[in-house]
Amino acid sequence: MPNYAYIALIPLLPLAAFVVLGLFGRKYFRGWSGVIGTLAVLISTGLSLWAAYRYFFVDGIVGEGHRQIVALKYVWLSFSPGLSIDMSIILDPISVMMIVVVSFVSLMVHIFSLGYMKGEVRFGTYYAFLGLFTFSMLGLVLSGNIFEIYIFWELVGCSSFLLIGYYFDRPTAVAAAKKAFIVTRFADLGFLIGILILSFHAESLDFRTLIQRLNAPSSQLAGITTASFMGISLLSWGLVLVFIGGAGKSALFPLHIWLPDAMEGPTPVSALIHAATMVVAGVYLVARLYPVYMFSGGTVLQVVLYVGAFSALLAAIIACTQTDIKRVLAYSTMSQIGYMMLALGTFHPAGEAATMGYTASLFHLFTHAFFKALLFLCAGVVIHKVHSNEMRDMGGLRKLLPLTHGCFLIACLAIAGIPPFSGFFSKEDILLSAWHANKFVYGVGLFTSGLTAFYMFRLYFSVFWRRPVRGAGDGHDGPGHHHGEAPFTMKLPLVILALGALLAGFVPFSRLVTYDGLPQETHGIGVFAIAPVALALIGIFIARYLYFKESDRPDRVAAAWGGLYKWAYHKFYIDEVYTFITKKIIFNLIGRPAAWIDRNIVDGLMNFLATVTAGISGAIKGLQSGKVQDYALYFFAGIAGLTVLFIYLYT
Amino acid sequence: MSQIPLSHILVVSTALFFIGMYGLFTRRNMITMLMSVELILNSVNINFVAFNKYLYPDKLEGVFFTLFIIAIAAAEAAVAIAIIINLYRNFHSIDVEDAGEMKF
Repeated sequence: MPNYAYIALIPLLPLAAFVVLGLFGRKYFRGWSGVIGTLAVLISTGLSLWAAYRYFFVDGIVGEGHRQIVALKYVWLSFSPGLSIDMSIILDPISVMMIVVVSFVSLMVHIFSLGYMKGEVRFGTYYAFLGLFTFSMLGLVLSGNIFEIYIFWELVGCSSFLLIGYYFDRPTAVAAAKKAFIVTRFADLGFLIGILILSFHAESLDFRTLIQRLNAPSSQLAGITTASFMGISLLSWGLVLVFIGGAGKSALFPLHIWLPDAMEGPTPVSALIHAATMVVAGVYLVARLYPVYMFSGGTVLQVVLYVGAFSALLAAIIACTQTDIKRVLAYSTMSQIGYMMLALGTFHPAGEAATMGYTASLFHLFTHAFFKALLFLCAGVVIHKVHSNEMRDMGGLRKLLPLTHGCFLIACLAIAGIPPFSGFFSKEDILLSAWHANKFVYGVGLFTSGLTAFYMFRLYFSVFWRRPVRGAGDGHDGPGHHHGEAPFTMKLPLVILALGALLAGFVPFSRLVTYDGLPQETHGIGVFAIAPVALALIGIFIARYLYFKESDRPDRVAAAWGGLYKWAYHKFYIDEVYTFITKKIIFNLIGRPAAWIDRNIVDGLMNFLATVTAGISGAIKGLQSGKVQDYALYFFAGIAGLTVLFIYLYT
Repeated sequence: MSQIPLSHILVVSTALFFIGMYGLFTRRNMITMLMSVELILNSVNINFVAFNKYLYPDKLEGVFFTLFIIAIAAAEAAVAIAIIINLYRNFHSIDVEDAGEMKF
């Protein structure tokens, strides 16, 4: 067996960067902290690419497919001989694919931030947080134990919180960080309960054992399927709860409300955490436990399917109306993640393409990471230039930012699913598996893919065309302030990611990452591709018609849609519903009575005791006058009293 | 030599005790208060000697006790005067009412 100890270095190097920069970054490294953080991630990326090569092409192959390898195992907390929390690293197709994606995108963001965050006061802290995030995310995908994944899950949430609130002097950023933290924490509660249910019945926390025991006829399985709560078996409950945890992290309806607000963080952070890596953790989690989901009879996967489809559609509709460039991208992220979940849900027990959705989902995760990170980084360049997030402040930027323009176009074509860009292939797989599973969901997916093309090109035309070309001199900053498009450190990641977005679709994914490790036969792209591509083209042309030149057409269309437009513009009032539920119902019915009891009964008891004590002491403190003769008088009076007492007592 | 009755001596010592007590409570000067305490102690001494003489003439415990008390009174006077001197250094006065800080 080859030595896999070096895998541990992949997450540990960013951790080392975090510790070093967190402790000494501000004092000793200053400008160098970015380089240190980037170097650590660069080595991690190199190692993960090497690990992927070794795994997929050399060591991991067993016969036809790929096996699961436990690279490292360290028993960390042992409850009983069969039940322990281990710190282990497992290599299987999805974890290897994920470490490549995570470390690669993280590297791109590290490089990009060298230019983007230059001159920030808390530059070192920023890189420390990025290191912490990269460490936790890599740890998450490599976890071999369900509790270990939970630990990293929380760490990821924590670093996301820190980075959203990076500009902590802005109240909106603070509120967004809190919101993200609270909403995901709420979902994590479900995850934790799900973990407890599953592991209690499987009597193991180890993924492999847990899956084995819940996947084949065994006493543990019999226990969990016969026990039921409210008419639904505990197995389903556990899986739904785990899915709720994933839905919270992955911003699926109805727990998506934190993601658009999370755009308050620095833009490269949005690219890394809220587009490419952390938000797909939910997809990864479901994929990790996929055998159990499948075995539960597919009912839970129906939930996954519909939640994913609904989120995809809802977010796409909202994205069509938003005017903040990052929010459009945020809703598009949510929509794409809904797509991935939808693909995971397209399992049908019979049929030769039963687990095709699994591969399609992870394929989309893979390609999405490239083009969405690219979109965010391009948005970062634009925001850097224009100093505004609002689309109406932009327009006509194509000559000013030629490279960004090209990259953005590539990413838009990729996400819209135009061949031969990467998004086309993955979306095709998803739609195909949806077609096999559920025609209604297929329709939703098709419509969403048209909408996706529309809102992405709405963004593209609004930012880069719409207005007359801006020259180098009449930019936002006034003449003489421009020094080219962007520094080299910001351009390099754009180019690399654009290549990724262009070529990632050609990775023979269905041969590498599959449910059972065996390669699937590739489905030829045929007639089936006509409908989505045609819809995407229609979407693009509508967007071109409306937004290519400045006109009142968009307003007229918006007016024609009337109520629906207004609803979508206000994000279907979901935030307001939450505010209503929390402020009006929970606060009034639970919070206030609880606060009243706390303030009046619990505090009141203590205050009463204190008041009584104070009153008594106030009444008698005059006795202690500080005069020696008073004390002598009490003394003699006491003796006289005792004397009288004894005289009467003894006679 | 006619015997002086015991009650006469007890009257003297009681008078002495209450004079001392009166002085202790009314004087504000610490030296005077110390003197009053000495009066109280001496009234006790007189009692000891008198009871010893009249009730147990062949024993000496009362006299010994008196000697002890005299020695202790001397030591106590030394301690008391040391306290008074320290008090004077801090308050520039030996009036007890000026040293009323140790209170609530």
